[in-house]
Amino acid sequence: MHPAASVIFFTVFSGAGFGLLILMGFATGSNATPSTAFLVVHFGLAFAMAVAGLVSSTFHLGHPERAWRALTQWRSSWLSREGVLAVLTLAVAGLYALLWVFFDKPIGLLGWISAVLALVTVYATGMIYAQIKAVQLWNRTLTPICYLLFSLAGGGLLFLMLHALFFGSAGSLLSSVAMVLLVVAWAVKIFWWISGDRIVPLSTTESATGLGKIGKTRLFEQPHTGSNYLMNEMGHHIARKHATKLRWISVGLGAVLPIILILIALPAPADALWLVLAVISHMAGMLTERWLFFAEAKHAVMTFYT
Amino acid sequence: MTTLPETTDRKLGLVIDLDICVGCHACVVSCKEWNTGGYGAPLSDQQPYGDEPVGTFLNRVHTFEVKPENGPARVVHFPKSCLHCEDAPCVTVCPTGASFKRSDDGIVLVNESSCIGCGLCAWACPYGAREMDGAEKVMKKCTLCVDRIYNENIPEEDRVPSCVRTCPAKARHFGDLNDPQSDVSMMVADRGGFDLMPEQGTKPVNKYLPPRPKQEDLDEPVNLASLAEPKATGFLGWLDDALTRIG
Ligand code: SF4
Ligand code: SF4
Repeated sequence: MHPAASVIFFTVFSGAGFGLLILMGFATGSNATPSTAFLVVHFGLAFAMAVAGLVSSTFHLGHPERAWRALTQWRSSWLSREGVLAVLTLAVAGLYALLWVFFDKPIGLLGWISAVLALVTVYATGMIYAQIKAVQLWNRTLTPICYLLFSLAGGGLLFLMLHALFFGSAGSLLSSVAMVLLVVAWAVKIFWWISGDRIVPLSTTESATGLGKIGKTRLFEQPHTGSNYLMNEMGHHIARKHATKLRWISVGLGAVLPIILILIALPAPADALWLVLAVISHMAGMLTERWLFFAEAKHAVMTFYT
Repeated sequence: MTTLPETTDRKLGLVIDLDICVGCHACVVSCKEWNTGGYGAPLSDQQPYGDEPVGTFLNRVHTFEVKPENGPARVVHFPKSCLHCEDAPCVTVCPTGASFKRSDDGIVLVNESSCIGCGLCAWACPYGAREMDGAEKVMKKCTLCVDRIYNENIPEEDRVPSCVRTCPAKARHFGDLNDPQSDVSMMVADRGGFDLMPEQGTKPVNKYLPPRPKQEDLDEPVNLASLAEPKATGFLGWLDDALTRIG
Protein backbone atom coordinates (compact mmCIF):
# COMPACT_ATOMS: atom_id res chain seq x y z
CA MET A 1 0.00 0.00 0.00
CA HIS A 2 1.15 3.51 -0.78
CA PRO A 3 2.66 5.13 2.35
CA ALA A 4 1.14 8.64 2.26
CA ALA A 5 3.09 11.11 4.40
CA SER A 6 -0.04 12.85 5.69
CA VAL A 7 -1.51 9.60 7.04
CA ILE A 8 1.78 8.46 8.57
CA PHE A 9 2.16 11.79 10.34
CA PHE A 10 -1.48 11.70 11.44
CA THR A 11 -1.41 8.25 13.02
CA VAL A 12 1.94 8.79 14.76
CA PHE A 13 1.34 12.28 16.15
CA SER A 14 -2.29 12.02 17.12
CA GLY A 15 -1.50 8.57 18.56
CA ALA A 16 1.14 10.03 20.89
CA GLY A 17 -0.98 13.09 21.69
CA PHE A 18 -3.95 10.94 22.68
CA GLY A 19 -1.56 8.69 24.60
CA LEU A 20 -0.50 11.68 26.69
CA LEU A 21 -4.15 12.55 27.26
CA ILE A 22 -4.84 9.01 28.44
CA LEU A 23 -2.03 9.18 30.99
CA MET A 24 -2.92 12.72 32.04
CA GLY A 25 -6.56 11.77 32.47
CA PHE A 26 -5.79 8.75 34.61
CA ALA A 27 -2.89 10.27 36.56
CA THR A 28 -4.49 13.61 37.39
CA GLY A 29 -8.01 12.24 37.62
CA SER A 30 -6.95 10.28 40.67
CA ASN A 31 -4.46 12.72 42.21
CA ALA A 32 -4.99 16.42 41.66
CA THR A 33 -2.16 18.60 42.94
CA PRO A 34 -0.08 19.93 40.01
CA SER A 35 0.56 23.57 39.24
CA THR A 36 -1.18 25.61 36.55
CA ALA A 37 1.94 25.77 34.38
CA PHE A 38 2.26 22.01 34.59
CA LEU A 39 -1.31 21.59 33.39
CA VAL A 40 -1.02 24.12 30.59
CA VAL A 41 2.12 22.54 29.21
CA HIS A 42 0.87 18.95 29.49
CA PHE A 43 -2.53 19.56 27.98
CA GLY A 44 -1.05 22.02 25.51
CA LEU A 45 1.41 19.47 24.15
CA ALA A 46 -1.18 16.69 24.04
CA PHE A 47 -3.67 18.93 22.21
CA ALA A 48 -1.06 20.27 19.83
CA MET A 49 0.05 16.79 18.79
CA ALA A 50 -3.44 15.34 18.50
CA VAL A 51 -4.75 18.32 16.54
CA ALA A 52 -1.68 18.53 14.29
CA GLY A 53 -2.19 14.87 13.44
CA LEU A 54 -5.89 15.32 12.74
CA VAL A 55 -5.27 18.38 10.56
CA SER A 56 -2.58 16.51 8.67
CA SER A 57 -5.03 13.70 7.95
CA THR A 58 -7.25 16.13 6.05
CA PHE A 59 -4.38 16.84 3.62
CA HIS A 60 -4.95 13.31 2.43
CA LEU A 61 -8.52 14.13 1.37
CA GLY A 62 -9.59 15.08 -2.12
CA HIS A 63 -12.17 17.46 -0.63
CA PRO A 64 -11.06 18.62 2.85
CA GLU A 65 -13.76 21.32 2.82
CA ARG A 66 -16.34 18.54 3.19
CA ALA A 67 -14.48 16.81 6.03
CA TRP A 68 -17.30 17.50 8.50
CA ARG A 69 -19.42 15.00 6.57
CA ALA A 70 -17.12 12.28 7.88
CA LEU A 71 -18.72 12.70 11.32
CA THR A 72 -22.10 11.42 10.14
CA GLN A 73 -21.72 7.66 9.57
CA TRP A 74 -20.50 6.53 13.00
CA ARG A 75 -23.08 3.74 13.01
CA SER A 76 -21.27 1.80 10.27
CA SER A 77 -17.87 3.33 9.53
CA TRP A 78 -14.74 3.13 11.69
CA LEU A 79 -13.27 6.20 10.01
CA SER A 80 -16.36 8.14 10.99
CA ARG A 81 -16.24 6.74 14.54
CA GLU A 82 -12.62 7.79 14.80
CA GLY A 83 -13.54 11.34 13.79
CA VAL A 84 -16.45 11.58 16.22
CA LEU A 85 -14.43 10.10 19.09
CA ALA A 86 -11.49 12.42 18.43
CA VAL A 87 -13.76 15.46 18.58
CA LEU A 88 -15.48 14.20 21.74
CA THR A 89 -12.15 13.41 23.43
CA LEU A 90 -10.76 16.85 22.69
CA ALA A 91 -13.99 18.47 23.87
CA VAL A 92 -14.10 16.60 27.20
CA ALA A 93 -10.36 16.91 27.85
CA GLY A 94 -10.53 20.58 26.86
CA LEU A 95 -13.36 21.20 29.33
CA TYR A 96 -11.46 19.34 32.03
CA ALA A 97 -8.33 21.42 31.43
CA LEU A 98 -10.22 24.74 31.19
CA LEU A 99 -12.19 24.22 34.39
CA TRP A 100 -9.01 23.33 36.15
CA VAL A 101 -6.67 25.99 34.80
CA PHE A 102 -9.05 28.95 34.84
CA PHE A 103 -11.52 28.12 37.61
CA ASP A 104 -9.33 25.90 39.74
CA LYS A 105 -12.00 23.21 39.64
CA PRO A 106 -10.38 19.85 38.85
CA ILE A 107 -13.23 17.47 38.13
CA GLY A 108 -11.54 14.08 38.35
CA LEU A 109 -14.44 12.33 36.67
CA LEU A 110 -13.96 14.40 33.50
CA GLY A 111 -10.30 13.38 33.50
CA TRP A 112 -11.25 9.72 33.66
CA ILE A 113 -13.83 10.13 30.92
CA SER A 114 -11.37 11.91 28.63
CA ALA A 115 -8.81 9.17 29.22
CA VAL A 116 -11.29 6.45 28.31
CA LEU A 117 -12.44 8.39 25.24
CA ALA A 118 -8.85 8.88 24.11
CA LEU A 119 -8.25 5.13 24.47
CA VAL A 120 -11.28 4.30 22.34
CA THR A 121 -10.26 6.92 19.75
CA VAL A 122 -6.88 5.29 19.26
CA TYR A 123 -8.56 1.88 19.04
CA ALA A 124 -10.82 3.28 16.30
CA THR A 125 -7.78 4.57 14.39
CA GLY A 126 -6.38 1.04 14.40
CA MET A 127 -9.72 -0.38 13.29
CA ILE A 128 -9.77 1.82 10.17
CA TYR A 129 -6.98 -0.42 8.91
CA ALA A 130 -7.82 -3.65 10.73
CA GLN A 131 -11.32 -3.78 9.22
CA ILE A 132 -9.99 -4.03 5.65
CA LYS A 133 -10.21 -7.66 4.70
CA ALA A 134 -8.53 -7.06 1.35
CA VAL A 135 -5.30 -6.21 3.23
CA GLN A 136 -4.56 -9.34 5.22
CA LEU A 137 -1.52 -7.99 7.02
CA TRP A 138 -3.76 -5.39 8.69
CA ASN A 139 -6.92 -7.46 9.06
CA ARG A 140 -5.96 -8.89 12.47
CA THR A 141 -7.06 -8.40 16.09
CA LEU A 142 -3.54 -7.43 17.01
CA THR A 143 -3.50 -4.38 14.71
CA PRO A 144 -5.58 -2.02 16.88
CA ILE A 145 -3.79 -3.40 19.96
CA CYS A 146 -0.48 -2.32 18.44
CA TYR A 147 -1.91 1.15 17.84
CA LEU A 148 -3.07 1.35 21.47
CA LEU A 149 0.21 0.13 22.93
CA PHE A 150 2.24 2.54 20.80
CA SER A 151 -0.02 5.38 21.82
CA LEU A 152 0.53 4.54 25.50
CA ALA A 153 4.27 4.15 25.02
CA GLY A 154 4.54 7.48 23.19
CA GLY A 155 2.33 9.18 25.78
CA GLY A 156 4.38 7.65 28.60
CA LEU A 157 7.60 8.97 27.17
CA LEU A 158 6.14 12.46 26.66
CA PHE A 159 4.80 12.43 30.22
CA LEU A 160 8.21 11.44 31.53
CA MET A 161 9.96 14.16 29.54
CA LEU A 162 7.60 16.88 30.74
CA HIS A 163 7.91 15.65 34.30
CA ALA A 164 11.68 15.89 34.13
CA LEU A 165 11.49 19.35 32.57
CA PHE A 166 9.26 20.51 35.42
CA PHE A 167 10.67 18.81 38.44
CA GLY A 168 14.27 18.41 37.36
CA SER A 169 14.12 14.64 37.62
CA ALA A 170 11.97 12.00 36.07
CA GLY A 171 11.88 9.73 39.06
CA SER A 172 12.47 6.01 39.01
CA LEU A 173 8.80 5.01 39.17
CA LEU A 174 7.76 7.00 36.11
CA SER A 175 10.94 5.98 34.28
CA SER A 176 10.20 2.32 34.90
CA VAL A 177 6.60 2.72 33.75
CA ALA A 178 7.76 4.42 30.54
CA MET A 179 10.30 1.69 29.86
CA VAL A 180 7.79 -1.09 30.50
CA LEU A 181 5.32 0.57 28.12
CA LEU A 182 8.00 0.81 25.42
CA VAL A 183 9.11 -2.79 25.83
CA VAL A 184 5.57 -4.17 25.77
CA ALA A 185 4.55 -2.11 22.72
CA TRP A 186 7.56 -3.09 20.66
CA ALA A 187 7.44 -6.73 21.75
CA VAL A 188 3.85 -6.97 20.51
CA LYS A 189 4.83 -5.17 17.32
CA ILE A 190 7.68 -7.62 16.68
CA PHE A 191 5.22 -10.46 17.19
CA TRP A 192 2.87 -8.71 14.72
CA TRP A 193 5.69 -8.61 12.17
CA ILE A 194 6.69 -12.24 12.63
CA SER A 195 3.13 -13.53 12.49
CA GLY A 196 2.48 -11.24 9.51
CA ASP A 197 5.36 -12.82 7.60
CA ARG A 198 3.65 -16.21 7.91
CA ILE A 199 0.35 -15.16 6.35
CA VAL A 200 -0.82 -17.40 3.53
CA PRO A 201 -2.54 -15.24 0.89
CA LEU A 202 -6.32 -15.57 1.10
CA SER A 203 -6.83 -14.61 -2.53
CA THR A 204 -4.68 -15.67 -5.47
CA THR A 205 -4.76 -14.91 -9.18
CA GLU A 206 -6.53 -18.28 -9.50
CA SER A 207 -9.32 -17.38 -7.05
CA ALA A 208 -9.55 -13.81 -8.28
CA THR A 209 -10.20 -14.87 -11.87
CA GLY A 210 -11.91 -18.18 -11.11
CA LEU A 211 -9.57 -19.71 -13.67
CA GLY A 212 -7.83 -21.85 -11.04
CA LYS A 213 -10.23 -24.67 -11.95
CA ILE A 214 -8.49 -24.88 -15.31
CA GLY A 215 -4.91 -24.43 -14.19
CA LYS A 216 -2.13 -22.18 -13.08
CA THR A 217 -2.99 -18.59 -13.98
CA ARG A 218 -0.76 -15.61 -14.62
CA LEU A 219 -1.19 -12.15 -16.07
CA PHE A 220 -0.49 -12.17 -19.79
CA GLU A 221 -1.29 -8.55 -20.58
CA GLN A 222 -2.13 -5.60 -18.36
CA PRO A 223 -5.31 -3.71 -19.19
CA HIS A 224 -3.19 -0.77 -20.34
CA THR A 225 0.47 -0.02 -20.95
CA GLY A 226 0.71 2.74 -18.33
CA SER A 227 -0.05 2.86 -14.65
CA ASN A 228 -3.36 3.65 -12.93
CA TYR A 229 -4.82 4.80 -9.61
CA LEU A 230 -5.07 1.25 -8.31
CA MET A 231 -1.48 0.37 -9.12
CA ASN A 232 -0.19 3.61 -7.58
CA GLU A 233 -2.32 3.29 -4.47
CA MET A 234 -2.29 -0.48 -3.83
CA GLY A 235 0.69 -1.67 -5.84
CA HIS A 236 3.39 -0.10 -3.69
CA HIS A 237 5.37 -2.86 -2.06
CA ILE A 238 8.81 -2.72 -0.50
CA ALA A 239 11.39 -5.46 -1.09
CA ARG A 240 11.82 -7.84 1.84
CA LYS A 241 15.52 -7.10 2.30
CA HIS A 242 14.88 -3.37 2.67
CA ALA A 243 11.94 -4.01 4.96
CA THR A 244 14.09 -6.08 7.31
CA LYS A 245 16.66 -3.29 7.60
CA LEU A 246 13.97 -0.72 8.25
CA ARG A 247 12.44 -2.90 10.95
CA TRP A 248 15.76 -2.93 12.77
CA ILE A 249 16.08 0.83 12.39
CA SER A 250 12.60 1.42 13.74
CA VAL A 251 13.18 -0.81 16.78
CA GLY A 252 16.55 0.83 17.38
CA LEU A 253 15.19 4.38 17.23
CA GLY A 254 11.78 3.64 18.68
CA ALA A 255 12.73 1.41 21.62
CA VAL A 256 16.42 0.70 22.21
CA LEU A 257 17.80 4.24 22.05
CA PRO A 258 14.97 5.79 24.13
CA ILE A 259 15.46 3.14 26.83
CA ILE A 260 19.20 3.78 26.92
CA LEU A 261 18.53 7.52 27.18
CA ILE A 262 16.02 6.99 30.00
CA LEU A 263 18.60 4.94 31.85
CA ILE A 264 21.22 7.67 31.34
CA ALA A 265 18.80 10.33 32.56
CA LEU A 266 17.74 8.35 35.61
CA PRO A 267 20.69 9.03 37.97
CA ALA A 268 21.36 12.47 36.46
CA PRO A 269 19.06 15.07 37.99
CA ALA A 270 18.17 18.05 35.82
CA ASP A 271 19.07 16.24 32.69
CA ALA A 272 15.75 16.45 30.97
CA LEU A 273 17.64 16.96 27.73
CA TRP A 274 18.28 13.22 27.54
CA LEU A 275 14.56 12.65 27.64
CA VAL A 276 13.91 15.23 24.94
CA LEU A 277 16.33 13.23 22.79
CA ALA A 278 14.52 10.03 23.78
CA VAL A 279 11.22 11.49 22.58
CA ILE A 280 12.72 12.64 19.27
CA SER A 281 14.32 9.26 18.69
CA HIS A 282 11.08 7.46 19.55
CA MET A 283 9.07 9.58 17.14
CA ALA A 284 11.59 8.89 14.36
CA GLY A 285 11.30 5.17 15.10
CA MET A 286 7.50 5.43 15.03
CA LEU A 287 7.50 7.24 11.68
CA THR A 288 9.64 4.42 10.27
CA GLU A 289 7.35 1.80 11.78
CA ARG A 290 4.27 3.51 10.33
CA TRP A 291 5.89 3.86 6.91
CA LEU A 292 6.53 0.13 6.94
CA PHE A 293 2.97 -0.55 8.11
CA PHE A 294 1.83 0.72 4.72
CA ALA A 295 4.76 -0.24 2.52
CA GLU A 296 4.75 -3.88 3.66
CA ALA A 297 1.00 -4.38 3.21
CA LYS A 298 -0.24 -6.18 0.12
CA HIS A 299 -3.70 -5.63 -1.30
CA ALA A 300 -5.83 -8.41 -2.80
CA VAL A 301 -6.42 -6.41 -5.99
CA MET A 302 -2.81 -6.92 -6.98
CA THR A 303 -3.64 -10.56 -7.78
CA PHE A 304 -5.23 -9.12 -10.94
CA TYR A 305 -1.93 -7.49 -11.83
CA THR A 306 0.46 -10.47 -11.39
CA MET B 1 -26.53 5.96 4.73
CA THR B 2 -23.63 3.57 4.60
CA THR B 3 -25.31 0.62 6.22
CA LEU B 4 -26.23 -2.04 3.69
CA PRO B 5 -29.84 -2.98 2.92
CA GLU B 6 -30.80 -6.39 4.37
CA THR B 7 -32.00 -7.55 0.98
CA THR B 8 -32.70 -5.86 -2.31
CA ASP B 9 -35.85 -6.36 -4.38
CA ARG B 10 -33.85 -6.96 -7.53
CA LYS B 11 -30.19 -7.71 -8.04
CA LEU B 12 -29.25 -6.01 -11.26
CA GLY B 13 -25.88 -7.04 -12.54
CA LEU B 14 -23.74 -8.32 -15.36
CA VAL B 15 -22.88 -11.79 -16.55
CA ILE B 16 -19.58 -11.90 -18.39
CA ASP B 17 -18.75 -14.80 -20.65
CA LEU B 18 -15.02 -15.56 -20.55
CA ASP B 19 -15.45 -18.06 -23.37
CA ILE B 20 -16.60 -15.37 -25.75
CA CYS B 21 -14.67 -12.20 -24.85
CA VAL B 22 -12.15 -11.52 -27.60
CA GLY B 23 -10.30 -8.81 -25.69
CA CYS B 24 -11.12 -6.00 -28.10
CA HIS B 25 -11.57 -3.40 -25.29
CA ALA B 26 -14.63 -1.95 -27.03
CA CYS B 27 -16.53 -2.05 -23.70
CA VAL B 28 -13.70 -0.11 -22.03
CA VAL B 29 -13.96 2.64 -24.61
CA SER B 30 -17.74 2.81 -24.71
CA CYS B 31 -17.91 2.84 -20.90
CA LYS B 32 -15.51 5.74 -20.74
CA GLU B 33 -17.33 7.56 -23.53
CA TRP B 34 -20.77 7.23 -21.94
CA ASN B 35 -19.75 7.86 -18.36
CA THR B 36 -17.48 10.83 -18.97
CA GLY B 37 -20.56 12.73 -20.09
CA GLY B 38 -23.21 11.11 -17.92
CA TYR B 39 -23.67 10.66 -14.19
CA GLY B 40 -21.39 12.88 -12.06
CA ALA B 41 -17.88 14.12 -12.70
CA PRO B 42 -16.19 13.35 -16.03
CA LEU B 43 -13.63 10.56 -16.22
CA SER B 44 -10.45 12.57 -16.58
CA ASP B 45 -7.07 11.68 -18.00
CA GLN B 46 -3.79 13.07 -16.74
CA GLN B 47 -1.05 13.64 -19.32
CA PRO B 48 -3.01 11.82 -22.03
CA TYR B 49 -0.31 12.61 -24.59
CA GLY B 50 2.59 12.79 -22.14
CA ASP B 51 5.19 10.29 -21.00
CA GLU B 52 3.11 8.71 -18.27
CA PRO B 53 -0.55 8.85 -19.19
CA VAL B 54 -3.05 7.79 -16.51
CA GLY B 55 -6.80 8.08 -16.46
CA THR B 56 -9.96 7.03 -14.73
CA PHE B 57 -11.74 3.96 -16.07
CA LEU B 58 -14.72 2.11 -14.64
CA ASN B 59 -14.12 -1.02 -16.67
CA ARG B 60 -10.83 -2.57 -17.68
CA VAL B 61 -9.93 -5.72 -19.60
CA HIS B 62 -7.06 -7.82 -18.29
CA THR B 63 -5.66 -10.80 -20.17
CA PHE B 64 -4.52 -13.97 -18.40
CA GLU B 65 -2.71 -17.11 -19.44
CA VAL B 66 -3.99 -20.36 -17.92
CA LYS B 67 -1.85 -23.47 -18.05
CA PRO B 68 -3.72 -26.74 -17.43
CA GLU B 69 -1.84 -29.77 -16.01
CA ASN B 70 -1.83 -31.40 -19.45
CA GLY B 71 -2.41 -29.65 -22.70
CA PRO B 72 -1.48 -26.30 -24.10
CA ALA B 73 -1.84 -23.00 -22.24
CA ARG B 74 -4.72 -20.77 -23.24
CA VAL B 75 -5.34 -17.06 -23.18
CA VAL B 76 -8.42 -15.67 -21.45
CA HIS B 77 -9.55 -12.05 -21.78
CA PHE B 78 -11.03 -10.80 -18.57
CA PRO B 79 -13.20 -7.67 -18.34
CA LYS B 80 -13.66 -6.32 -14.82
CA SER B 81 -15.89 -3.62 -13.37
CA CYS B 82 -17.83 -3.19 -10.10
CA LEU B 83 -19.59 -6.43 -9.15
CA HIS B 84 -22.29 -4.63 -7.11
CA CYS B 85 -21.63 -6.90 -4.13
CA GLU B 86 -24.42 -7.83 -1.73
CA ASP B 87 -22.03 -7.48 1.21
CA ALA B 88 -20.20 -4.51 -0.24
CA PRO B 89 -17.29 -3.64 2.07
CA CYS B 90 -16.77 -0.39 0.15
CA VAL B 91 -20.12 0.92 1.40
CA THR B 92 -19.79 0.23 5.10
CA VAL B 93 -16.35 1.84 5.42
CA CYS B 94 -17.49 5.14 3.90
CA PRO B 95 -17.45 7.83 6.62
CA THR B 96 -19.68 10.33 4.82
CA GLY B 97 -22.60 8.32 3.51
CA ALA B 98 -21.48 9.09 -0.05
CA SER B 99 -21.31 5.38 -0.88
CA PHE B 100 -24.56 3.47 -0.78
CA LYS B 101 -26.34 0.41 -2.10
CA ARG B 102 -29.85 0.89 -3.40
CA SER B 103 -32.47 -1.34 -1.80
CA ASP B 104 -34.68 -1.57 -4.90
CA ASP B 105 -32.18 -2.74 -7.51
CA GLY B 106 -28.96 -3.37 -5.56
CA ILE B 107 -26.84 -0.91 -7.55
CA VAL B 108 -23.86 0.47 -5.60
CA LEU B 109 -23.39 4.19 -6.19
CA VAL B 110 -21.39 7.17 -4.96
CA ASN B 111 -23.04 10.49 -4.24
CA GLU B 112 -20.17 12.60 -5.46
CA SER B 113 -21.24 15.83 -3.79
CA SER B 114 -20.84 14.16 -0.37
CA CYS B 115 -17.60 12.33 -1.17
CA ILE B 116 -14.55 13.74 0.62
CA GLY B 117 -12.12 11.72 -1.50
CA CYS B 118 -10.62 9.80 1.40
CA GLY B 119 -10.06 6.72 -0.76
CA LEU B 120 -10.99 4.26 1.99
CA CYS B 121 -13.68 2.58 -0.14
CA ALA B 122 -11.13 1.86 -2.87
CA TRP B 123 -8.96 0.16 -0.25
CA ALA B 124 -11.93 -1.86 0.98
CA CYS B 125 -12.85 -3.20 -2.48
CA PRO B 126 -10.80 -6.34 -3.16
CA TYR B 127 -11.55 -6.13 -6.90
CA GLY B 128 -10.14 -2.71 -7.70
CA ALA B 129 -13.50 -1.51 -8.96
CA ARG B 130 -13.20 2.03 -7.61
CA GLU B 131 -10.85 4.72 -8.85
CA MET B 132 -10.38 8.23 -7.51
CA ASP B 133 -10.64 10.72 -10.34
CA GLY B 134 -7.37 12.59 -10.73
CA ALA B 135 -9.03 15.91 -11.55
CA GLU B 136 -12.25 15.98 -9.51
CA LYS B 137 -10.81 14.05 -6.54
CA VAL B 138 -14.02 12.12 -5.97
CA MET B 139 -14.53 8.38 -6.13
CA LYS B 140 -15.72 6.98 -9.46
CA LYS B 141 -17.18 3.55 -10.07
CA CYS B 142 -19.46 1.62 -12.40
CA THR B 143 -23.07 2.78 -12.01
CA LEU B 144 -24.42 -0.03 -14.16
CA CYS B 145 -25.31 2.91 -16.41
CA VAL B 146 -28.09 3.92 -14.09
CA ASP B 147 -28.71 6.85 -16.46
CA ARG B 148 -29.38 4.48 -19.39
CA ILE B 149 -31.23 1.51 -17.98
CA TYR B 150 -34.23 3.53 -16.75
CA ASN B 151 -33.98 6.20 -19.43
CA GLU B 152 -37.22 6.47 -21.39
CA ASN B 153 -35.75 9.07 -23.74
CA ILE B 154 -33.57 6.54 -25.53
CA PRO B 155 -34.71 3.57 -27.67
CA GLU B 156 -35.59 0.48 -25.66
CA GLU B 157 -32.70 -1.60 -27.03
CA ASP B 158 -30.29 1.00 -25.65
CA ARG B 159 -31.60 0.70 -22.08
CA VAL B 160 -28.77 -1.56 -21.00
CA PRO B 161 -25.30 -0.65 -19.73
CA SER B 162 -23.10 0.85 -22.42
CA CYS B 163 -20.59 -2.03 -22.27
CA VAL B 164 -23.33 -4.60 -22.85
CA ARG B 165 -24.78 -2.63 -25.75
CA THR B 166 -21.35 -2.25 -27.36
CA CYS B 167 -19.75 -5.69 -27.01
CA PRO B 168 -19.43 -6.94 -30.61
CA ALA B 169 -19.01 -10.54 -29.47
CA LYS B 170 -21.97 -10.53 -27.04
CA ALA B 171 -19.78 -11.54 -24.13
CA ARG B 172 -21.61 -9.26 -21.70
CA HIS B 173 -25.18 -9.66 -20.48
CA PHE B 174 -27.31 -7.54 -18.18
CA GLY B 175 -30.32 -8.52 -16.08
CA ASP B 176 -31.86 -9.31 -12.70
CA LEU B 177 -29.88 -12.03 -10.98
CA ASN B 178 -32.50 -12.26 -8.25
CA ASP B 179 -35.07 -13.62 -10.69
CA PRO B 180 -34.32 -17.30 -11.39
CA GLN B 181 -36.30 -17.05 -14.66
CA SER B 182 -34.27 -14.18 -16.11
CA ASP B 183 -31.98 -14.86 -19.08
CA VAL B 184 -28.92 -14.01 -17.03
CA SER B 185 -29.87 -16.34 -14.15
CA MET B 186 -30.55 -19.20 -16.57
CA MET B 187 -27.23 -18.60 -18.27
CA VAL B 188 -25.46 -18.75 -14.92
CA ALA B 189 -27.28 -21.97 -13.97
CA ASP B 190 -26.60 -23.54 -17.36
CA ARG B 191 -22.94 -22.68 -17.69
CA GLY B 192 -21.80 -22.88 -14.06
CA GLY B 193 -21.37 -19.15 -13.54
CA PHE B 194 -19.08 -18.29 -10.63
CA ASP B 195 -18.09 -15.52 -8.19
CA LEU B 196 -14.70 -13.79 -8.18
CA MET B 197 -12.81 -14.14 -4.89
CA PRO B 198 -15.65 -15.86 -3.01
CA GLU B 199 -13.25 -16.09 -0.03
CA GLN B 200 -13.49 -12.32 0.49
CA GLY B 201 -17.12 -12.75 1.57
CA THR B 202 -18.42 -9.88 -0.56
CA LYS B 203 -21.14 -11.92 -2.31
CA PRO B 204 -20.76 -10.27 -5.72
CA VAL B 205 -23.90 -9.99 -7.86
CA ASN B 206 -22.01 -10.05 -11.18
CA LYS B 207 -21.16 -13.54 -12.36
CA TYR B 208 -18.55 -14.90 -14.76
CA LEU B 209 -19.07 -17.80 -17.14
CA PRO B 210 -16.04 -20.10 -17.47
CA PRO B 211 -14.23 -20.70 -20.76
CA ARG B 212 -15.61 -23.91 -22.34
CA PRO B 213 -13.24 -26.90 -22.28
CA LYS B 214 -10.92 -27.07 -25.28
CA GLN B 215 -10.58 -30.10 -27.55
CA GLU B 216 -8.30 -32.53 -25.72
CA ASP B 217 -6.92 -34.39 -28.79
CA LEU B 218 -4.41 -31.79 -29.85
CA ASP B 219 -1.24 -33.45 -28.52
CA GLU B 220 0.25 -33.60 -32.08
CA PRO B 221 0.99 -29.99 -32.98
CA VAL B 222 -0.50 -29.24 -36.39
CA ASN B 223 2.14 -28.14 -38.92
CA LEU B 224 0.50 -24.92 -40.00
CA ALA B 225 3.45 -23.82 -42.16
CA SER B 226 2.94 -26.73 -44.57
CA LEU B 227 -0.65 -25.64 -45.20
CA ALA B 228 0.58 -22.28 -46.36
CA GLU B 229 2.98 -23.72 -49.04
CA PRO B 230 1.71 -22.66 -52.45
CA LYS B 231 0.61 -25.62 -54.56
CA ALA B 232 1.64 -25.23 -58.18
CA THR B 233 -0.74 -26.36 -60.95
CA GLY B 234 -0.49 -26.89 -64.77
CA PHE B 235 2.95 -27.02 -66.34
CA LEU B 236 4.66 -25.76 -63.20
CA GLY B 237 2.86 -28.45 -61.24
CA TRP B 238 4.17 -31.15 -63.60
CA LEU B 239 7.68 -29.66 -63.37
CA ASP B 240 7.48 -29.54 -59.56
CA ASP B 241 6.37 -33.20 -59.38
CA ALA B 242 9.00 -34.33 -61.92
CA LEU B 243 11.85 -32.54 -60.15
CA THR B 244 10.69 -33.86 -56.77
CA ARG B 245 10.74 -37.42 -58.22
CA ILE B 246 14.27 -37.05 -59.60
CA GLY B 247 15.37 -36.25 -56.10
S1 SF4 C 1 -16.93 -4.74 -6.58
FE1 SF4 C 1 -15.87 -3.39 -5.14
S2 SF4 C 1 -16.79 -1.37 -5.47
FE2 SF4 C 1 -18.19 -2.87 -6.37
S3 SF4 C 1 -19.66 -3.34 -4.71
FE3 SF4 C 1 -18.05 -4.90 -4.62
S4 SF4 C 1 -16.61 -4.08 -3.12
FE4 SF4 C 1 -17.90 -2.34 -3.76
S1 SF4 D 1 -13.71 8.23 -1.10
FE1 SF4 D 1 -15.79 9.10 -0.97
S2 SF4 D 1 -17.16 7.36 -1.33
FE2 SF4 D 1 -15.13 6.52 -0.83
S3 SF4 D 1 -15.18 6.15 1.40
FE3 SF4 D 1 -14.29 8.22 1.09
S4 SF4 D 1 -16.08 9.59 1.21
FE4 SF4 D 1 -16.91 7.53 0.89
